[in-house]
Amino acid sequence: MIADLPLWLSILVSAFVVLGALLTMAGCFGLVRLKSFYLRIHGPTMGTSMGGGLILLASAIYFTVTRERLVVHELVIFLFVTLTTPVTLMLLARATLFRDRVEGNEGVPKRPEKAETPASP
Amino acid sequence: MRRLLPHPILAGFLLILWLVLQQSAGLGHILFGGVIAIAVSMAASAIIPERVVIRRPLKFIQLILVAGLDIIRSNLAVMSVLFHPRPNPTAGFIEMDLTLKNPFALAILAVILTATPGSAWLEYDRARSTVLIHVFDLVDEDEWVATVKKRYEALLLEIFQ
Repeated sequence: MIADLPLWLSILVSAFVVLGALLTMAGCFGLVRLKSFYLRIHGPTMGTSMGGGLILLASAIYFTVTRERLVVHELVIFLFVTLTTPVTLMLLARATLFRDRVEGNEGVPKRPEKAETPASP
Repeated sequence: MRRLLPHPILAGFLLILWLVLQQSAGLGHILFGGVIAIAVSMAASAIIPERVVIRRPLKFIQLILVAGLDIIRSNLAVMSVLFHPRPNPTAGFIEMDLTLKNPFALAILAVILTATPGSAWLEYDRARSTVLIHVFDLVDEDEWVATVKKRYEALLLEIFQ
């Protein structure tokens, strides 16, 4: 299969895979090494945005060339990952914010005062 | 027509998604995908009662390009911080006022800000129309807010309101 690929294209595909893997790895290291929860949520985002995106792009290019037809269903994976990440992130972040506020921990913005709701019918 | 297709954008999107997943644009796939798209968009009108109006669809291309470039830049910036022997970013919370009210536009903004490794959308306050954002490497708070407002909010306002 690899033999079907012209040299420049195999270099391009490999570069995308390696760079994507590197970004994902950097994100995972960040998850382990950063100090607070709010810092740690930024790490894995690299894997779900550009890291995963580059690996999927490499896959799309590779299979488009070797199968000799357009292969783009990797886009769907990227779409689903991108759309679902904020849901889990907000769930985790708001749970942590709630806990930090209840415990009265330092360095967390206070819960905003409830705005006066106008008398509604 | 309104009855059969309460959400034409959602239905079209689902049909394209179905064809991409099947990797074929045969008549059978288009028919079956169309039935699914219509059924799902009718079911969705139970949870999305209002009609989604997109005024400037072409601006979406600009939004995707701007967001894509920002995500790439932010990825490289965060990576350079993380490969430091002792990563010590100057992180901070930002409470940002939003002019944007449309729930779909807010959802898109939340996805963009969360997909950017340097920022995370934490909590939206509907009553005060503010959002709490955590920024990984915060240099200038006012400048950061101004950038988001100029780059994304203005564009989303143009598209949706």
